[in-house]
Amino acid sequence: MMKFLHKLTSPPYFYHFSGRLLPWLSGLCLLLLLAGLYGGLVLAPADYQQGDSFRIIYVHVPSAWMSLFIYIVMAVAGGVALVWRIKLAEVIAVSSAPVGASFTFLALITGSLWGKPMWGAWWVWDARLTSELLLLFLYLGVIALYSAIEDKRAAARAVGILALVGVVNIPIIHYSVEWWNTLHQGPTLTKFDAPSIHTSMLIPLLLMAVAFKLYYGIAVLLRARNELLQREPNSGWVAELPEVK
Amino acid sequence: MSRSSLSRAFFFLLQRDLLLAFRRRAEVVNPLLFFVLVISLFPLGVGNKPQLLQDMAPGVIWVAALLAAMLSLESIFRSDFEDGSLEQLLLSAQPAPLLVLAKVTAHWLVTGVPLIITAPLLGMLLGLPGQSIGVLMLTLLLGTPVLSLIGAIGVALTVGLRRGGIILSLLVLPLYVPVLIFASNAVEMAMAGLPIVAQLNILAALLFLALALTPLATTAALRISVS
Repeated sequence: MMKFLHKLTSPPYFYHFSGRLLPWLSGLCLLLLLAGLYGGLVLAPADYQQGDSFRIIYVHVPSAWMSLFIYIVMAVAGGVALVWRIKLAEVIAVSSAPVGASFTFLALITGSLWGKPMWGAWWVWDARLTSELLLLFLYLGVIALYSAIEDKRAAARAVGILALVGVVNIPIIHYSVEWWNTLHQGPTLTKFDAPSIHTSMLIPLLLMAVAFKLYYGIAVLLRARNELLQREPNSGWVAELPEVK
Repeated sequence: MSRSSLSRAFFFLLQRDLLLAFRRRAEVVNPLLFFVLVISLFPLGVGNKPQLLQDMAPGVIWVAALLAAMLSLESIFRSDFEDGSLEQLLLSAQPAPLLVLAKVTAHWLVTGVPLIITAPLLGMLLGLPGQSIGVLMLTLLLGTPVLSLIGAIGVALTVGLRRGGIILSLLVLPLYVPVLIFASNAVEMAMAGLPIVAQLNILAALLFLALALTPLATTAALRISVS
């Protein structure tokens, strides 16, 4: 296992391995996405309080989860890149940022589409929304910093530091805005004793969550492959690629 | 390395930075002027109803303090980076986080302390009641060092860039949010006559967390920027 991981961190091996992995990931992602959407939009019953508009959670909740998950992935990869100087970790960290920012944006947009009929306002300065917005700014900061520094290896290490500082701040921001004021509904899934959501609604949601994770995997692999090619245009393994020849 | 040589290095660098700051008084005065100017724009912009101004005062003063602190951040490392003394500092035998802490302390003494001293006057102009002005000063006393400490990371990351200003604000302002929320909340609570121990405790905790961790992050960022 360790040997495999070690091999995986070499750019050429990673490039070939991810190339073989991608079709499988894409197929599985598409399958789960279709199943989740069918289950969520057709099979699941309308909510007794919110009617059909609750169905937006099938996009909203997985994107919100992904927005946090990707930030943590980015911070961990950034930390690994800082400590061990592994090129692949640098590439994963910087490739994750735009994907994470898109999911954060999607969560904000779907949230406000849902908020208009439910709360009667597109935007409320509520704890969850505000911390999500700040998360978006943290992502944008990472992207801006990476694109501003010329030397891409130095830029990736700078991004690692920023991501680690941001990850320390995320819980602080989350709780500070939570204590500041709150309107967003409480958690419906993380109550362990009895989830307050019906199984027929829950299963599509979980399918969608896995599909979104796979989508992130696909997107980050594609971006990482692209980034590797851009970083090492003159190296031998790139010259030998059949698509380059 | 003995303890006395560590504290000598710290105070020597602190003294040097303070001396440099007083040689360039404009840089010291400008953030303060900016702070006063931004606050005086609010009564003009939102109207001069005393109740409205009083309600907004804690937030307005704190947001202005945030912006003023951010405006002055570049001076922590910029000139040292340009004349090469930053590299010498990082190469010196003394631990770099300690030297970073000395530079940040100098920055806070030069830009943070004047804000704390001017704040009561501005609070009175916006109609803050007497007992909350003390709380405002207390929150600034606990909060502005955190702004300098966190801001130093942002400057360290962007000091090598030709136009780091806009990026600096994008990096630093989201990280300032917790300080803003707890500090302005404490002042609001004090205005309402409610207890503020919790908010002050959290601000103090943020200060100690920042004191312990940010010099390390700043040092790592500086090493990337000068390399």
